[in-house]
Amino acid sequence: MSYELIFDVKRGDFDTAGEASRKIKRTLQQLGVSNKVIRKVSIAGYEGEMNLAIHSSGGKILLEVGEEELVLTIEDSGPGIANIDLAMTAGWSTAGDEVRQMGFGAGMGLPNMKNNADNFQISSKVGEGTKIVMKFLV
Amino acid sequence: MENLLHSVYLDEEKCLGCTTCLRSCPTGAIRVRGGKAIINESKCIDCGECIRICPHHAKLAKTDPLSKKDNFKYTVAMVAPAIIGQFKPKYSIDQILSAVKALGFDEVVEVAYGAEVVGQALKYEYHAKRYPRPLISSACPAVVKLIQVRFPELTDNICRLKSPMAMTARLVRKRIREEGNYKNGDVGVFFITPCAAKATMVNNPSSSEYDKYDQIDGAIAIKDIYSDISSQISTCPIQEGIHNTTPESCTWALSGGESDYLKNKNVLHVDGIQNVINVLEEIECGKLDTIEFFEGLACIGGCVGGCLTVENNYVAKMYIQDRTKTMKQTSIVHMPDEYVKSIYNSGMMHIKERILPRSPEPLDQDINKAIEKMRQIEILEDKLPGLDCGSCGSPGCRALAEDIVAGKAKEIDCVFILKDRVRDLSVLTNELLQVEHPTEKPLIKRE
Repeated sequence: MSYELIFDVKRGDFDTAGEASRKIKRTLQQLGVSNKVIRKVSIAGYEGEMNLAIHSSGGKILLEVGEEELVLTIEDSGPGIANIDLAMTAGWSTAGDEVRQMGFGAGMGLPNMKNNADNFQISSKVGEGTKIVMKFLV
Repeated sequence: MENLLHSVYLDEEKCLGCTTCLRSCPTGAIRVRGGKAIINESKCIDCGECIRICPHHAKLAKTDPLSKKDNFKYTVAMVAPAIIGQFKPKYSIDQILSAVKALGFDEVVEVAYGAEVVGQALKYEYHAKRYPRPLISSACPAVVKLIQVRFPELTDNICRLKSPMAMTARLVRKRIREEGNYKNGDVGVFFITPCAAKATMVNNPSSSEYDKYDQIDGAIAIKDIYSDISSQISTCPIQEGIHNTTPESCTWALSGGESDYLKNKNVLHVDGIQNVINVLEEIECGKLDTIEFFEGLACIGGCVGGCLTVENNYVAKMYIQDRTKTMKQTSIVHMPDEYVKSIYNSGMMHIKERILPRSPEPLDQDINKAIEKMRQIEILEDKLPGLDCGSCGSPGCRALAEDIVAGKAKEIDCVFILKDRVRDLSVLTNELLQVEHPTEKPLIKRE
C-alpha cells in the first residue's frame, strides 16, 4: 500500500513556505517512519520547498510513502536550469540580494538535497522546468 | 508528594470543561471529556501554559509545602535566580535571602552559584565531540521535554551538563558532608522554584540526572512563600554576605543569560514556548546551520516568566537588570577557572545517560495499517468544518479526526455534524409523519 501527499508551492510565497515540510514531517511521524529518515526528508523537503518559492515560477511537491522507500518529487514549470553541474556546486546561487537577506540563496540547496537523499536525480530544460526525484530508504 | 511524572494537574472541582486550555497546549496533550479536562501524561511537557491560561485556575502545579522541611535535621533553601526579580531593588539580595532563611531554614544558597559553575563549564562542553550543531541548552526542562516529544531528531544536540539546580545541590551536599556535622540523609535540600517543570525534575525519580549526592528533597513554589517572605523582608535580621554570586550568574533567570557565557560563538536565545517551537522547526530542517548554540526557554522572558512566580515578568526583568548594574560596581570574585575545570573533569557535572526521544506513537506499528488510518483521518478531516472551535473537546478538527480513528471520540462530538444529523433526523421524522400506515386510522377522517 502506498500513500501520497501533494503540495502546491507558489513563487515568492514566504508566508506559507515551510508548511509543506512541516506537514510532511508530521505525517511521517504518524506513519511510524524512523526519526533518522524523517530528519533527512525534512531537510531535503525544506530545501526543495524553498527552491520552488525562490527560483521557480511555482511548482509541486509530491511525497509517496511505500513500505520500503519514500519518494519525494519536486517539480516546477520553469524557468529551468541551464547548467546543472554548476547549480550542483556548493555555494553557487542565482538568488538575488533580497532573497539572500532573508537568509536564503547560499547555494547549498541542491547539494544539501543530494547529500540527504539515498538516490538523487535531477533533470531540467530551460524554458520548461526542473524535476528532482529523491528516494529515501525506510 | 508521591513520585510523579508530571507536576501539572487538574482541580476537577474548578474545571468547567470550557476548552480554553485545549489550544494553548503546545503538544496537544489536553482533551475535554465528560466535561473535564484530561492531560495526556505522555505528551505533557510541564511548560505551564495551561496553568497560565485557565480562567478558572483549575490547572495547578504540584509542589511541596514549606512544612516538608520539618522532616529533616538540617535544611537548606536553594533559591532560583528568578527570585531576585520578585522584589523591588530597594531590598538588597542579602535581605531577600535572609527573609527566605527566616522562614525556618538553616541555610540559604543561591542556585546562581551552580549557574556560574555550569556557565563556565559550557565552554569546555561546547567542544565535546559528541554533539551535532547547534548545541542545545538543557537549562529549561520543559524545552528538553518538548524536544523529546516533538523534535526527537534533535535529542543528541541537547547539552548533557546538569542543571544549575542539580549542581548547586551537589556542591552544597558535598560541603556539608565534608564539614561532618550531619549525615547526608539528615540534610533536607529544597528548591524554591519559579516553574512546574523544575518541580517535576525534583520529584521525578526516573530522571537520570540525579543520584543521592545531588538529591533535592522538595520543590517549593515561589508564589506559595511570597507573602511569608514579604512579611519577613523588612523586619528580619539581615545576614550580610549570603549573596556572593556574579551578576552574570544572576541573569540566568533571563533569556540569554546562559548564552552570554559562550563568548565569540554564534548563539541564539529564544523565549516563549511557541517561539521556541518555531525556531526548533527551522533548526530541524537545517536552515539555521550557522548557529552554534541555541538557548530556548519555555516562559516569556525566561525563568522570570515562570508560572509559579508572582511579579510581572517584564518588571522582574527590569529589577534583575537594575540589580546586576549595581552589582558590577561592587567587586565579586569570579570563580577561578581551575576550580570549574576540576569539577568539570571529575565527571560529576554530566548526566550519565543519553537524552532519548519520546516520539509520539505512530498510528499503527504496521505501516500499511498506519497508511489506512491516515486515509480515514483525511476523509474525516474533510467532513469536519475546519473551524478548530474545540467544542468537541479536541484541540482542533484534525485532532478530532485522529481521536475518532483512534476510537477515542465520535463523529457527533462535533457540534456541526451533530446539527446536520439532527436536521436529517427531523426531515426523516417529518417524512414519516406524512406516511399513512395501512393499519393506522387516518388522522383526518375522510368523507
